[in-house]
Amino acid sequence: MTPIDTAPRRRLADREGTLAWIFLMPSVIYILVLVAVPFVLAIGFALSDVTAGDPSFDWVGVRNFERVFEDPVFWRSLGNTFVFTLISMALIIVLGKVLANILVADFRGKWFVRFLVLLPWTTPVALSSISWLWMLDSIFSPIDWVLRQLGLLGGADALIKPDTNMYWLGEPGLAMASVIAVHVWRLTPLAAVIMVAGLVAIPRDLDEAARVDGAGYWRRMFEVTIPLVLPVAAVAALFGAIFTFTDMAVVDVLTNGGPNNATQVLTSWAFFRGIDGGDVGQGAAIALFLFPLLLAAAVAILRAVRRMEV
Amino acid sequence: MAVVEVRKLVKEFVGGVRAVDGIDLVTEEGEYLVLLGPSGCGKTTLLRMVAGLEQPTSGDVLIDGHLVSGLPPRARQVAMVFQSYALYPHKSVYGNIGFPLRAVRMPKDERDRRTRWAASLLDIDHLLDRKPRQLSGGERQRVALARALVRQPKVFLLDEPLSNLDAKLRTSARDELKRFQEEIGTTTIYVTHDQVEAMGLGDRIAVLAQGEVRQIGPPVEVYDEPADTFVATFIGSPPMNLVPRDDVLVGFRPEHLLPADVVTADDAVALKLAVDRVEYLSGDRHVYGTVLGIGEPTRVVARLPATVDAPVVAGEEQAFAVAGRRLRFFATDTGRRTPRVRLGAREQADQEAL
Repeated sequence: MTPIDTAPRRRLADREGTLAWIFLMPSVIYILVLVAVPFVLAIGFALSDVTAGDPSFDWVGVRNFERVFEDPVFWRSLGNTFVFTLISMALIIVLGKVLANILVADFRGKWFVRFLVLLPWTTPVALSSISWLWMLDSIFSPIDWVLRQLGLLGGADALIKPDTNMYWLGEPGLAMASVIAVHVWRLTPLAAVIMVAGLVAIPRDLDEAARVDGAGYWRRMFEVTIPLVLPVAAVAALFGAIFTFTDMAVVDVLTNGGPNNATQVLTSWAFFRGIDGGDVGQGAAIALFLFPLLLAAAVAILRAVRRMEV
Repeated sequence: MAVVEVRKLVKEFVGGVRAVDGIDLVTEEGEYLVLLGPSGCGKTTLLRMVAGLEQPTSGDVLIDGHLVSGLPPRARQVAMVFQSYALYPHKSVYGNIGFPLRAVRMPKDERDRRTRWAASLLDIDHLLDRKPRQLSGGERQRVALARALVRQPKVFLLDEPLSNLDAKLRTSARDELKRFQEEIGTTTIYVTHDQVEAMGLGDRIAVLAQGEVRQIGPPVEVYDEPADTFVATFIGSPPMNLVPRDDVLVGFRPEHLLPADVVTADDAVALKLAVDRVEYLSGDRHVYGTVLGIGEPTRVVARLPATVDAPVVAGEEQAFAVAGRRLRFFATDTGRRTPRVRLGAREQADQEAL
């Protein structure tokens, strides 16, 4: 036998402890620099009188919060945020479930339908919001044109109203509905993809057993499928809620909070006060309101995920 | 009257695979019919077509004399127990058993009565509030059976209901299944690849291979009078020995190949067995060797019961024999049964008797 001439050595690839640190570092740095530091800064700013014009840090205690609470627009934004989030979430879940059924179905040309379904989610939000801005334009809206052609809009005997335009983003109620609709349009594909994962995890046997047991489509849907995708649907709902809660792009592009703060939400209001208005301290105080709500949502997500694993 | 009848049933899957290739089958009232075959023989597909979960490519399914092809499962009055049991994990045992009754919109008190009746029949009254994940394998099977029986269907379809249980539980569950069916008396079609289950449970066994029924008959007949070499070798453990001789195959079961002194029948066919290995299996001895003298030398197995204590030594050539009436003959080319052929002088008497 020939002697083994290379002595066995531990290489870097064998040292799992060191490797773990190397692999973890990028995400740890990322979270520290882009999440932890800004978060601490936000708390600091909220307790200071920092403005865009005077960046020197002076401690003011809870004065920023007092001023925020005195402002009726803040309360309006908070209320709008909840309305916006809850309605979007409900619609996203229901439509996501319907879309998920389409995504799992087997039919000719399904790849094309899948592509279409996922398109809104893959389009950058700024781009899609700007397209929607044109879709909902007060004069050139193609939706209004369709309504006019159908005789629902314009003219004395029109069903909706005699005006030639809906002014989607100009009427408070319609503006809110438009913002919600665009948001639902954008997030539904994500919810659908999450729920597809839940749907395909249900054993086929269960649906077949229910069919042999004599259950029709709706009974199978409501008594078998939906209860079983519920944990996954909850995850989709919470993801949707967080994305809705923290989103300001749609509001900012479509209405900029208007008309008359009818679509103002916490994020857009914080941006408006802190960045546009230059009162960094107050902007930070408003933005911090998102934190306890998001924390609760994150805890709920993690619990739902854990319940699924059991 | 035929409870379930299938006529010229064909199922062709995408890609041209014929899972079921022209099967005709009739079950009798109250019968326990077992569909037995290796995996991929089409037995489950056949069952699913009876249930209505799969639509046949051609052919008809009749239940209780009515043509049901094209009808959905719920219009067919069948109940099915799945291999996985397919219990609804989010419903209690009570909810699971009562589900088929809710599906037919039975009033609540009647539903409650029937659910409890089905549960008591299977001795699971005490489990009604549990969820399926809190049950053992055997208990799950009973819940699945209770759910199947609660509607009092025309026919039970069971798809390998024992394969999820461990070996020990399987024996007692098999016994329970049989007692249960005798008590209820409902026609049952049972799919399995396990010949022990098939032999133990079936009033009749239909042996399937490659989408066709190779033989159908009571367990004894399928075992003793196999219609072809597939049935002969699929049923029996170890399988039937087949020895080529001219243009036939001479078949005999391992338990009929015995030391010459033990075979007292006057039509005994003498042969030599070059023994190369002896296995002791719970009292029985399995003797492996090459048989000489009735055809081409062929590897065979002999199963000697514990009551035979003649010495058998590996490496020696010993005198064995098979009673002539135990021999079966198959055509080499088709594998089908053929009339017996003369093997030797000692079998002549038997030959003339036929």
